[in-house]
Amino acid sequence: MKLVTAVIRPSKVDDVKEALKSAGVLGMTVTEVQGFGRQLGHTEIYRGAEYKVDLIPKVKVEVLADDESAQRIADAVAAAAQTDSVGDGKIWLTEVAGVMRIRTGERDDDAI
Amino acid sequence: MDTGDAAWLLISSALVLFMTPGLALFYGGMDRSRNVLNMLMMNFWCLLIVPVVWVIVGYSLAQSGDGAWLGNLDAAFLDGFDISGEDGGFGLLVIAFLGMFAVITPALISGAVADRMKFSAWALFVPLWLVLVFSPVFKWVYGGWMGDRGVLDFAGGTAIHVNAGIAALAAVLVLGKRKGWPEEGHRPHSMPLVMLGAGILWFGWFGFNAGSALAANGQAVQAFMNTFLAAAAAGLAWAIVERVRDGHFTNLGTASGIVAGLVAITPAAGFVSGMAPIWIGLATGVICSYAVNLKAKAGYDDALDVVGVHLVGGLIGSLAVGLFANPDFFGGEFMAGLFYGGGMRLFGEQALANASTMVYSFVVTFVIMLALKATIGVRVSDDVEDTGLDLAEHAETAYSTGSASVTRN
Repeated sequence: MKLVTAVIRPSKVDDVKEALKSAGVLGMTVTEVQGFGRQLGHTEIYRGAEYKVDLIPKVKVEVLADDESAQRIADAVAAAAQTDSVGDGKIWLTEVAGVMRIRTGERDDDAI
Repeated sequence: MDTGDAAWLLISSALVLFMTPGLALFYGGMDRSRNVLNMLMMNFWCLLIVPVVWVIVGYSLAQSGDGAWLGNLDAAFLDGFDISGEDGGFGLLVIAFLGMFAVITPALISGAVADRMKFSAWALFVPLWLVLVFSPVFKWVYGGWMGDRGVLDFAGGTAIHVNAGIAALAAVLVLGKRKGWPEEGHRPHSMPLVMLGAGILWFGWFGFNAGSALAANGQAVQAFMNTFLAAAAAGLAWAIVERVRDGHFTNLGTASGIVAGLVAITPAAGFVSGMAPIWIGLATGVICSYAVNLKAKAGYDDALDVVGVHLVGGLIGSLAVGLFANPDFFGGEFMAGLFYGGGMRLFGEQALANASTMVYSFVVTFVIMLALKATIGVRVSDDVEDTGLDLAEHAETAYSTGSASVTRN
């Protein structure tokens, strides 16, 4: 099993959600996060003073997947989140040692 | 100058000024968090530009002289108005009081164009609209051809709410829909701001309506009571409709009902009495709670329901004057409504006045928007709409977190 983690533009959340549904994904976890990459931050101005804000808002999407579908899901997220300009974000896969559905006690692939 | 009248009008003027920040919060709370500052700034822009334009030329075009269609320029630059005259400055006070109305009228339109209008386009739209639409219509109603025909508009149902409401429709037709509307929900980001804004509007509206008696007299008292009752009745009606239709008493329904009721009683406040404000309020709450759903069916993106609340509410109130106006009660020289022996004549005049206002305001607003679109453009880029107007247009953010990572250049 794998955990697909994507950090994307906030404006792309709806597109990614639709793409995941089309890819047959039944659940996702979304977190509002802040960070920076090559896009760097932005500048705000208060009473003439410029403030450099390094950490800008992004959305982190996490999806659990079995080994076969993980790459396909990552590709679907990438396709939906792409705008071709700097700041589109990143996707990575991590190994997951075990999964359990709390209500039923089902484990691993059955719990995804 | 009667000091009692002056005291009440001074207070009323300040009350009406406070409505514009109240409106800003009412709209700002309904907006998404990335656009709330832009909404506040659109409203505060009216507080900056309108007073200046108003004393230079706006008031003069709206009130000076006997013209049926437009005022003259005799009162431009406040010419002839100061505290040394016979009226002791009361005329100057009236200009200030009416100036507060001039501020909030274009501000009402901001709710329709929310989330996607370039601020530079809004900055130009406001003074253009004030001079080309607000001032002429104001003259028609107060001292022009409508007034001569006996049209009644106590505090600005036709001149302000119908006028701004139909202008909002024209503006969004040129501007286009928000990205993702109507498929994506655009839910309010802060309901407490909406409720606070509605409360401030109600508070300020006592100055708007009761102040429009331009005196501390019985008519002001009646207008005050009518404002109190109509807002409550309309909020009640809207909330009950939602409870029956959708299952819950909602904050947004309550706030919207209160504002719709205030709009509807505005033209009627000094002409009706007794239980009339309750009937007007109840009718408005029910009708407007359905009118705000028209936009989805008709396909125009009036973001925060300026059409459904201000145009529809203003029309209901203005037509209700044709039913409930009671000159005997006020000892006044105006036509009676249908229920007080006046027949349908006043109702017909009210309908004509509102129809004329709608045609003129729609056409001229549409042309102003087209002209802005052809020159500087009226709409922000897709990127800006995605990331929010606060940062792109104003270089500010409403709710900052993570202050540890901020450095000052």
